[in-house]
Amino acid sequence: MLDNNYFIRYLPLLIQVGVGIALAAVMVTLSHLLGKHKWTPAKNSPYECGITPTGDAQGRFSVKFYMVAMLFILFDVEAVFLYPWAVIARKLGMFGFWEMLVYIGLVLVGFFYIWKKGMIDWNKPERNEA
Amino acid sequence: MNSIGYNDYIRILPELVLTFFGILVMLIDPLLGRGSRKGLGILSLTGSFLAMAAGFYQINFHGPAWFGMVQVDSFSIFFHILIPCISAICILASLEYLDQQNIHSGEYYGLILFGTAGMVLMTSAVELVLIFIALEISSISTYILAGYRRSSAAGTESSIKYFLLGSFATAFFLYGVAMIFGATGSTSIPEIYKALNGATSGALVYIAVALMLIGLGFKVAFAPFHVWTPDVYEGAPAPVVALMSTGPKAAAFAVLLRVLFATAVPNDWIWLIWIAAALSMTLGNFGALIQNNVKRMLAYSSIAHAGYILVAFAAGREIGMAAAIFYTASYAAMNVGAFAVVSHFGGTGERYIDIEDYAGLGKRSPLLAFTLTIFLLSLIGIPLTGGFFAKYYVFNAALHSNLVWLTIIGVVNSAVAAYYYLRLIVMMYMREATVDAPPERVSPSMALALVLAAIGTIYLGVLPGYVLDSAHHGAQALKAGPFSKTVQPANNANAAPVQTLK
Repeated sequence: MLDNNYFIRYLPLLIQVGVGIALAAVMVTLSHLLGKHKWTPAKNSPYECGITPTGDAQGRFSVKFYMVAMLFILFDVEAVFLYPWAVIARKLGMFGFWEMLVYIGLVLVGFFYIWKKGMIDWNKPERNEA
Repeated sequence: MNSIGYNDYIRILPELVLTFFGILVMLIDPLLGRGSRKGLGILSLTGSFLAMAAGFYQINFHGPAWFGMVQVDSFSIFFHILIPCISAICILASLEYLDQQNIHSGEYYGLILFGTAGMVLMTSAVELVLIFIALEISSISTYILAGYRRSSAAGTESSIKYFLLGSFATAFFLYGVAMIFGATGSTSIPEIYKALNGATSGALVYIAVALMLIGLGFKVAFAPFHVWTPDVYEGAPAPVVALMSTGPKAAAFAVLLRVLFATAVPNDWIWLIWIAAALSMTLGNFGALIQNNVKRMLAYSSIAHAGYILVAFAAGREIGMAAAIFYTASYAAMNVGAFAVVSHFGGTGERYIDIEDYAGLGKRSPLLAFTLTIFLLSLIGIPLTGGFFAKYYVFNAALHSNLVWLTIIGVVNSAVAAYYYLRLIVMMYMREATVDAPPERVSPSMALALVLAAIGTIYLGVLPGYVLDSAHHGAQALKAGPFSKTVQPANNANAAPVQTLK
């Protein structure tokens, strides 16, 4: 199945990967060896956009944040799809119009679901079941 | 061929029905107030039955669809009928279970239907990427279902473990698909078959098959990819375990049959299967011996049964394939039933799941004890139950292929297995009750689920002919090669009715 040149053809790729790793290693090592180190408590703390860090990253967040993040991505992607359609909407004519209507209809069904489930309502108390 | 027509839709009809009802359930759920979701359960039950009917309807619509990505033949129709049967009985068992556990959520039923759609699609897909997507649909649904008892630590543990290991395993499968694409230039099983036919399969093909074997091996839980099973089954809700120990298994075995017979000549991987079968049977049965928790015991027993099915795989040929197909059906009937009993008897929060708790069940609830006895006897393989014929055909096929040692290991294992199944039966009938609380009344829906599963088990044990014929037709369709366009059986009436569990 495999001829003899099969892997040879990937040799440049391998060299590229090797060079990449070597370059990164050399740069990090050199700056570590040659640079001057003055440690201060502020320098050693993790960088959080300039605000003094509080606590560590393993804290617990309300599940609401994840919900909102997830929904944001869903609707964001939907909006992204609308743009290229809008650009050539005239060219697509009625076909494009109905296709987009079906697409938006599907998204709206999902929207209906999350709305009724109260996922958009930030103040909704969390249900305790079982 | 290149335009989409009526037949294309008919050939994915069960999937369409299941998805439609799944979405319907999801959309109605938020409109209902708090409280029981029995209505949605009955709606999804209707969906399962209609999907089963759609499976029967497909009998006259053999052939490829969707540009050769889906293949409807006797093989896939067998599973199109079997898997909705499984989900119907699981839904019947869940109707009572969810109220008992105080879980009021319609998505549960939606997820069961979506998962079933994935499993059904797995059995008819003949395109590896489509198989992967179907596998993911069924897996993701079951990951969520496994953690449905949200307040229980064991439930969460079960879901997380299943999710992490499961996604790792599917990655293996996907990698295998990529490898086989590299070796043959196609992901379509008929094309792969054509590309490999006659040619000596290179290293890439071996790696690909091995990787896919790992990915699917996880799903069907054969040794050495079985480690997750007891923990996941212990924490997941019992009706969900009933589903995921049978449905995805049947589907994954179907994929395994399609993939293995398309990619390699049996001689190449027979030793791999041989070892996995022997290991699964031995580890499963000896693991089950020392369990005190009934769910864990049944989990180990399911590993052992995966081993028996692998014996049929090792036997190969048409007779082995038919035996494997028949085994999945018979195993589904008895295992779904056994877990339905466990689900009812567990009570709120699944308190009673130790073997000792079952003491005196024969007097306290004759129906539960009697049906559980039928299922356990079938799991042992006592004549007049489906388990007997399933084992008989498997070992028969193995002997036909001169796998004498594997057969001996299998028979010895069956004898070992009898010990732990009988221990439970003895506990139910010959010990005084230790739990003083009266058992909860068996609801009509649960009684129906138990009776259906019991009828299925006994039917397969007394009149296995019909189902076995269908299994043979399925095996023939498989053997005829993935490219045969229409494998219409000569006699339709013969190939048809698989009245397995109904």
